[in-house]
Amino acid sequence: MFKKIIEAEIIENKKIAEGIYRMAVKAPETAADARAGQFVNIYLRNKIMLLPRPISISRVYDDVITLIYKIAGKGTGELSAYLPGEPVRISTSLGNGFQLEDVFKETDSNHNLNKVKIIALVGGGMGVAPLVGLAQKIMNEKEKRSFKDDDLQVIAIVGFQDEPILMKEFETCCNHVYIATESGSTGLKGNVLQLIERKGLKPDYCFACGPRPMLKALANRCENANIPLQVSLEERMGCGYGACVGCVCRIKAKEEGVKSIRKKVCTDGPVFFGNEVVWDD
Amino acid sequence: MIKNINDKLYHAELDLSVSIAGVTLKNPVTTASGTFSARESGAFYDISELGAVITKGVSDVPWDGNPTPRIAETYGGMLNSVGLQNPGVEDFIKHELPLLKSYNTKVIVNVVGKTINDYCKTVEKLDDEAIDIMEINISCPNIKEGGISFGADPKMAAEITREIKRLVKKPIIMKLTPNVTDITEIAKAAEYEGADGVSLINTLLGMKIDVHRKKPVLWNKTGGLSGPSIKPVAIRMVYQVRRAVNIPIIGLGGIMTGEDAAEFLMAGADAVSVGTAALVDPTAPVRIKNELIAFMQQNEYKNLQQIRDALA
Repeated sequence: MFKKIIEAEIIENKKIAEGIYRMAVKAPETAADARAGQFVNIYLRNKIMLLPRPISISRVYDDVITLIYKIAGKGTGELSAYLPGEPVRISTSLGNGFQLEDVFKETDSNHNLNKVKIIALVGGGMGVAPLVGLAQKIMNEKEKRSFKDDDLQVIAIVGFQDEPILMKEFETCCNHVYIATESGSTGLKGNVLQLIERKGLKPDYCFACGPRPMLKALANRCENANIPLQVSLEERMGCGYGACVGCVCRIKAKEEGVKSIRKKVCTDGPVFFGNEVVWDD
Repeated sequence: MIKNINDKLYHAELDLSVSIAGVTLKNPVTTASGTFSARESGAFYDISELGAVITKGVSDVPWDGNPTPRIAETYGGMLNSVGLQNPGVEDFIKHELPLLKSYNTKVIVNVVGKTINDYCKTVEKLDDEAIDIMEINISCPNIKEGGISFGADPKMAAEITREIKRLVKKPIIMKLTPNVTDITEIAKAAEYEGADGVSLINTLLGMKIDVHRKKPVLWNKTGGLSGPSIKPVAIRMVYQVRRAVNIPIIGLGGIMTGEDAAEFLMAGADAVSVGTAALVDPTAPVRIKNELIAFMQQNEYKNLQQIRDALA
């Protein structure tokens, strides 16, 4: 099947916090194979703005996907004015999502997880958006395997400047939600790393999405504690499908004689293992 | 119904083919270097629909490219400073070329280098491979030695054309930069030394500053401007070069529609490349080909030469 640009129908486009919107679009072809951590390109109506806006898929319900976006400029400003019932041009799902199967690969003879009892979803700012979908996926997986909370717990560790978003969604899919805000308006005053420290949280597996300094600090912590970590990286994109090689990150090379290579965030990622990323590039 | 039958008849009579340096392209639409990869573009459309594909720049050894940000959007255009990141000619021959050869289209390989010796090593390796044409990039604005020193000076352009022509049997097309005072001087130098064609234009050197952060948007500070905002410059240069040389021209620079492609042909191009449009809409090369067919049908052109001869 070819990847496509499709015309989707906007179901909802609602402000959920200051400058932050949730758009729900009916897009069966995108929803069909969407994985948590993938993204879509949105193609704007104003043709002066050529490049698509890559937005991560937050949740998938049947043939509807939800996208959380922040108004960062004219392009996302245009998006915020779209009305329910109107069409929007989007791509089918792009990039590689979180590899949930990595958590479930090591099970004992009773199909219980050997090592992973607590999964942490660590999000900063807009980075929480794809983690909601992942939380939902893990919950479904637990049900499928008849896991109880004693077998596997999912905790959300989320940080914001001031106003938390998607809290209800996390609360319905996670065993615990820990919050930090820079302003101190909700939860701990500080960042997610301080939150992990302060609460003495000891996850066995982490998935993370958020600002690069947060991801770097978390990767460092996970590496020292020998905790597997998958991170979703962000980079300024051109085409969003791998043709322009605009969005790259440095990844430790597996080949001999080469230290590291630049990989494409859009098609090789956006999800990488924390310990394969060269953070100081 | 009758109209449909007529359309089909017109289609049957249409000849979209064009010969570039002795290689026949079934239609004039190709992909601009740096905006196409077999795997990623092939995920959106059947590459066999195109007259030819022009690959990303290939160098003798792997190139790392520039740090990010490499992309900035501008009014009706974009800046890039990718810096010709590529895995090198050997990796290209091993991985990309077999995939390209699985399609029914001509393969034009874009070649980059920092020195004449670099270019020579790469073209020698490619000359023995099942490719159709080499496009020699002497015009990348994004790295200090990205060939632009060759493309900005007629003497240097002549020298590199001569050296490469001496080494290879395959036809070569020199890709020219618009960042010069008189592009016809460069084109004439390349033709004199035996270039089999020229393609123009590469990107215009540009810059964008984030006035809130008070710094350039691109890590590299400057980058190459492409997209519809540069099309008038490209049309003017194709028009000038057509009147200065006799070798084939591949025209590019901001082609977004079939009519844009027709405009390049009318200015004197033999074939066209679609670049930025393919980043904006992955299937653009095929759409533009179909729009060109519709344009020819509506205006009763039977072949490309009639468009080229049409300018009053």
